[in-house]
Parts: sequence; C-alpha cells; structure tokens
Amino acid sequence: MPKTIKFIVLIVLIFLLGVFFISLNKSTDYNTEHLIGNKLNKIKFESLEHKKIFTEEDFKKNNYTLINFWASWCAPCRIEHPILIKLSKEQNLKILGVNFKDKKINALKFLKDLGNPYDYLAKDTSGKESVNYGIYGIPESILIDNKYIIKKKFIGPLNLKDYDDILEVINSL
Amino acid sequence: MLSNTGNLILLLNILLSFLIIYYSLKCIRLPNNIISRNIYQLSLLQCTTILICFFTLVAAFLVSDFSLITVYQNSHSLKPIFYKISGTWGNHEGSLLLWVIILTIFSFLFLILNKNHPKNYRLHTLIIQNLLILGFLFFILLNSNPFSFVNPIPKEGLGLNPILQDPALAIHPPLLYIGFVGSSIYFSAAMASMITNYSNKLFAQSIKSWVLISWTFQTLGILVGSIWAYYELGWGGFWFWDPVENASLLPWFAMTALIHSLLVLEKRNSLYFWTIILCLLTFILSVMGTFLVRSGILNSVHTFANDPSRGIYILIFLSLMILTSIFFLFKKYKPANDIINSNSKETFVLINNWFMMFYLITVLLGTLYPIFTDALTSSKISVGPPFYNSVIIPIVIIFLFLMAIGPQTRWIKNKFTNFKNIFYIIAGSIIINFTIVYLFKSYSFISNLIIISSLFLIISSVSDILKTQNINFSRIVSHLSFGFLILFIGLNHNFSEEKDFNLKLGESKKIDNYKFILQDLELTQKSNYKSVVGVLNVNNLSTNEDRTLKPEIRIYDNPQTLTYEASIQTNFLRDYYLTMSNIDRSDYYNIKFQKKPLMIWIWISVIALSFGGFLSLFRNAKNN
Repeated sequence: MPKTIKFIVLIVLIFLLGVFFISLNKSTDYNTEHLIGNKLNKIKFESLEHKKIFTEEDFKKNNYTLINFWASWCAPCRIEHPILIKLSKEQNLKILGVNFKDKKINALKFLKDLGNPYDYLAKDTSGKESVNYGIYGIPESILIDNKYIIKKKFIGPLNLKDYDDILEVINSL
Repeated sequence: MLSNTGNLILLLNILLSFLIIYYSLKCIRLPNNIISRNIYQLSLLQCTTILICFFTLVAAFLVSDFSLITVYQNSHSLKPIFYKISGTWGNHEGSLLLWVIILTIFSFLFLILNKNHPKNYRLHTLIIQNLLILGFLFFILLNSNPFSFVNPIPKEGLGLNPILQDPALAIHPPLLYIGFVGSSIYFSAAMASMITNYSNKLFAQSIKSWVLISWTFQTLGILVGSIWAYYELGWGGFWFWDPVENASLLPWFAMTALIHSLLVLEKRNSLYFWTIILCLLTFILSVMGTFLVRSGILNSVHTFANDPSRGIYILIFLSLMILTSIFFLFKKYKPANDIINSNSKETFVLINNWFMMFYLITVLLGTLYPIFTDALTSSKISVGPPFYNSVIIPIVIIFLFLMAIGPQTRWIKNKFTNFKNIFYIIAGSIIINFTIVYLFKSYSFISNLIIISSLFLIISSVSDILKTQNINFSRIVSHLSFGFLILFIGLNHNFSEEKDFNLKLGESKKIDNYKFILQDLELTQKSNYKSVVGVLNVNNLSTNEDRTLKPEIRIYDNPQTLTYEASIQTNFLRDYYLTMSNIDRSDYYNIKFQKKPLMIWIWISVIALSFGGFLSLFRNAKNN
C-alpha cells in the first residue's frame, strides 16, 4: 500500500479519535441557564409569510415576548402546541414563532391544522440564526421583556409548569 | 451475598480468559494440528460461568436485592416479574454483562464448529476474542460493575423507566447485541487470518455463517426497536434518524456489504483485503456506536446516565482496536491482482459494496458531524431527517435497479441477453405505479421513482423464480423483501393521512371524511400504573365504517411518569393510529389521528428480509 494512503488513513483515524476525546471532556450538559438575565443585543428574523424582517423594534412595545422555536417535523412541538394556544390568549404576552429548518408549506399546514398561536411568524430555514439564541434542539422557548432581557428559557416542549411560570412572570407587572 | 458471588465469578472469568490465552499460545508452538483438550474445556467452563454470573444478576433482580446498586437504580419490588427480568439488561451495567456473554458464547462456538480449519487460525481467533473479552471484563469490574454494593441497603428501588417497560424493548437489546457483538467473532477471525496468512476462500467459509447470524439478528433487532418506537413513542413514525438508531444501522450496512463481498471471496478467491476491511469495520463501528451511546457525547432518546469515565475507557479500547487492526492491515496488505471484468457478477457485488459504503458514510457523517462541530467550533447543530432523506432516497432508486439486475449476471464474464425483458419489467412497473397514483390520487415525483424501482426489483426477483432451475431462495427472499420494504415505505409515506385537533368529552368533530366523537373517559388502575382511557368513535363518512379506538394516558408510579399510549388498529390494508394527550387545566384533549396504509407490511417485509438471512444460513450449513 502506498505510504501516502497509509499516512492519510492514519491521520483521519487519529483525528477522529482525537475529536471523540475532546468531546468526552467537554461538558455535555449544554447549559444555557446562564443566558437568563442576559440582554438580547440584536434580534433579526425574516418573516415566514411576507418580505419583512423582524427586529427588536417590533417587540419594544410588548411587555413580554415569548420566542418559540418550532417546526412541523418536530413531534414534541405538537405536544406543546396546546400550551402555546393557551398562552396566546394572554394580554401581556406576544408570541414570536420561529419556524426552524422547515418547509413553508408544511409549516403553514401545521398551523392551519392545529391553530396559530403566534403574533409574529418568522423563519430560520438554515437553522443558523437560532444558534445565536442558544438553541440546540427544538422546541425551545425564550421569554424576554420589553428591554430584551431573557427572563426564562425553556428547553423541550412547554408543559403546565412552564405555563404557570410564564404566567407568574408576565402577571408580575 | 449475591454481590460477592457475582464479583467472584467475574474474577474467575478473568482468570479463565488468561488461561485460555496462555494454553493457546502454548498449543500454537506445537507442531501438530490438534488443539489440546484443556482449551476446549476451559472455553466451555468460561461459557458456563459467565452464564451463571448473568443468572446471578437476574436472580438479584427477581428477588429485588437492593443491596446491588444496579438493582436499586433500575428495579422496584412491585414491578411485574417480566420487567424485573428484562430490567437486567435494560441498564448500562447489565447490558455490558450481556456483551461479554455474547463474546464468550461466540468464542466457544467458533472454536468447536470450525474443526476443519487450521489449528493456528482457530487459536489466534480464540486469543484475540479472549483479549476482547478481557477488555470488557475489566471494564465491568473496574468501572461498570453490576454487582457493586450499596450500603445502607435501600428499602425500595427507583424503578425502571416506564417507556422501557414494553415487551418489544425487553427483547430489543439481546437481539441487537447478538447482531453487533456477534460481529466480534469475525473481527477476531479477520485478525487471525491476517496473522496466520489464512487468506483464501476457506477463510470466507469459516466466517460466513457468523456474518449471516449477526446480520439476521441485527436486522431483527433494528426492527424490534422500530416497532417499539412506533407503538410506544406515540409519534406515528418508525424511523427518526436518531443518532442511536444510526449507530445500529452503521454496522448493518457494513455487514450487508460483507455478506456480498464474501460471496466473491468464496467463489472467486478475490477481494480478500476488502473483505478483511469490512470484517474489521463492522465490529469497530459496533464498538464506536457503543462509545457514542454510553459516553453521553450524543444527545438522544436513549438516555443512559452519562459518566465520562465510561467514555474514556471505551475510547481507549476502541483506539487500541483500531490501531492494532490498522497495524496488521498495513503490514500484511498486498496489492491484489484481481482482474475483474466490468460486466460480471463480481462487478455487481462490488457495486453493492459501493452503495453500502455510500449509505454508511452518509449516515456516519450525519451522526458525527454534530460532534465534530461541537468539539472543534463549539457550535451546536443537529442533523435531521431532511439531510438523510435528500441524500439517501435518490440513491436508493438506482440501487434498487442494480439490485434487480445484479443477481442475474454471471461470474467472471457476463453477456446481457435480456434487455427486452428488463424493458418489459420497467414498463410494467411504470404502469402499476400510475395505476396506484390514479387510484389513490396523490402524486410526488420522487415517490413515483421509488415505487417504480422497487416494483422493478420485485418483478425481476419473481421472474427469477420462474426462470431459473437452480434457485437461490435465500437471495431471492432477501432481495424480494427488500423491494417490498422500500415499496411499502414509499406507499406508506405517500398515502398517509394525519389529522390533529382538540376535543372534549361528548364533543364530535368532522374533518374531511371522518367524524370523531369522544364518547367516554374511563379510569383504570393497573398494578404499576393508573390510566385514563379515551373512548373515541371514528366514523369514515365515505364508507360509513364505524370503529372505536382507545388511546391511553398512563400515570406510572415508580418513578412517577406520564406516558401516552397510542391506540392502534391494524389490518392488512392500513393502520389507524390515534394518540390522545391532556391539555392541562382544560376539558379538551389533543387528538392526533393518523391513517397509515400498509404499515404491517413494512414489519412483515423486514421479518422476511431477516428470514432470507436464516435461509442462507441453513443453506450454508448444509453445503459445508
């Protein structure tokens, strides 16, 4: 076997094992708790339906905004959907839905079938924008106030306890 | 008591492995071709003791001996007996013991069933297999000991995760383990073959049965896992490209490639080093999969408690395995002068292998890519179904066509005489496809191609049965059922219907041509859970068929967990799949209703696929 091939094979394998080793020593509990209390500096999302960009200006007037990351292909998103519908009836809260790595037609069908809880509907087709918000899986939700400070962060589908927590924050005004 | 017994037996097993290695090394030096009796005896003893060790653990689970930390963490005295037993391997420590059992039993069987192969080759296989066994025994003893003692002894256990309390999941790990741990034996054999230069077609014969056994069980194991996901997770799907599902699929691709390349080695005495690489690769991928799952560097639905020290141990083991096998491969590799005619069966087998490697690399990259980006750039990403679907599906179409043509070709040199036939079959497939599309009125370009290509494979395989005298049933069964599998997945995917809505007690709702009524909610109390059972009447308005589905919301006691049980009505044409979940502080229930055509045929196709493996195994056993 030519030396170069041997060399390349060996380098690739050592690289692979090295990466495994590095990831072992990384904390796997990807903890985004520390983000709570931080300020979102720049909000920028493209609208799903229209040629419009949502920026922080759009959310300034809301007392609280819940940014919910979801997709039509995401099964747990269906589970949390009823909670979002309930939240959408709250006065103090607006909901921004960020449709994550999805097809527009599927996303709209999802909302048509299950109801649309979102006051703003944005998209992140590549999934890159969401990374800036500490999102690593969906569904995830972030509750911010009118100064864009992160009040709460929810990983995984919203449940009844999260619902209570959100109500507590938004009704504490 | 059980703790000491278990630990003693584990130590005894370590001793036995060392003895086997010692005697084998001694025996290799002797000039004759006879393996001394004591090696057989030691090997048999090793099998027996490891089984006793396992049954000790089962006993601990049965009598709920909470002095063992594993039992304490994974069982509960009120669990049904069945789940107490399956709890034995439903956790990290117990499942590692299952690993060692399979390593040991395969080691013994390989030793006694390959008597007509050279002594040195068999003994080297035995030594390498025992090194693997030792690696895992030390891992168990030092790091993941199922017999670890907990003091003071807890009164009650923590219980087994409810979603694991399922018959399918009780047999899923053993099946899968026979598959991918079983591949260890041809890893060892491949190493032994390189060391002893036993590189001809006899080597292929010696491992063929083992490849077939592991492939068959791997297929069944993946199937059972899928069935579990379908019934238990309540998402209505059966494959999610979850990293752990992928980890079981990767060795399967390598095994499938291996089965085919072994044919070439056996019949034509070529592709020896490629076959060796596949042997090594299969087990390396299995260990890598174990590493990825157990170290916790992947986030997945298969939540095993994470412990970095486990990861580092398996990683060292994996690295040693990879580097040693690479060392021998580089040392022994000789460029082959296999002259393969581009129009021959050999070429088609190679094409199969290229496709398998393509699938393997695709799934491997998809699984590893998030780990790479995380380790190197600290950015978290996930690779989802869209990636796999868009890369794999178009390639499957070409694969199915070649899979239909390949078996009809001849060894060495082939002549295509049957173009007309192929044309007729394609025409027939297209006509059937459009009939289906016309009847069911749903159209998508890519699924048309999937349906056409799978029909092409099915019809070709059937016409093979009619044409040839000397039928290779195992191959036809496997290929035919693979064709059916893809066909049913395609049809199922294309013609599934899904309705999602909220309903409260007594309310009815009309959606398209279905009418749903939530007639009743029944509360029941079972031994280990309470449940709310919804009685839902589904009326198909076009046929006026009435059926009642009973989805459940279960509240388990130990540990307290809520699970949603789908209600599934299956017949040969379609599944009705209905899940109900409560919406808190509301009278409404969220109902998800799905009609999934031909669902049961997907399972049947996979069973038939693995049946093909069994047939091939028997055929092989008969021939040798």
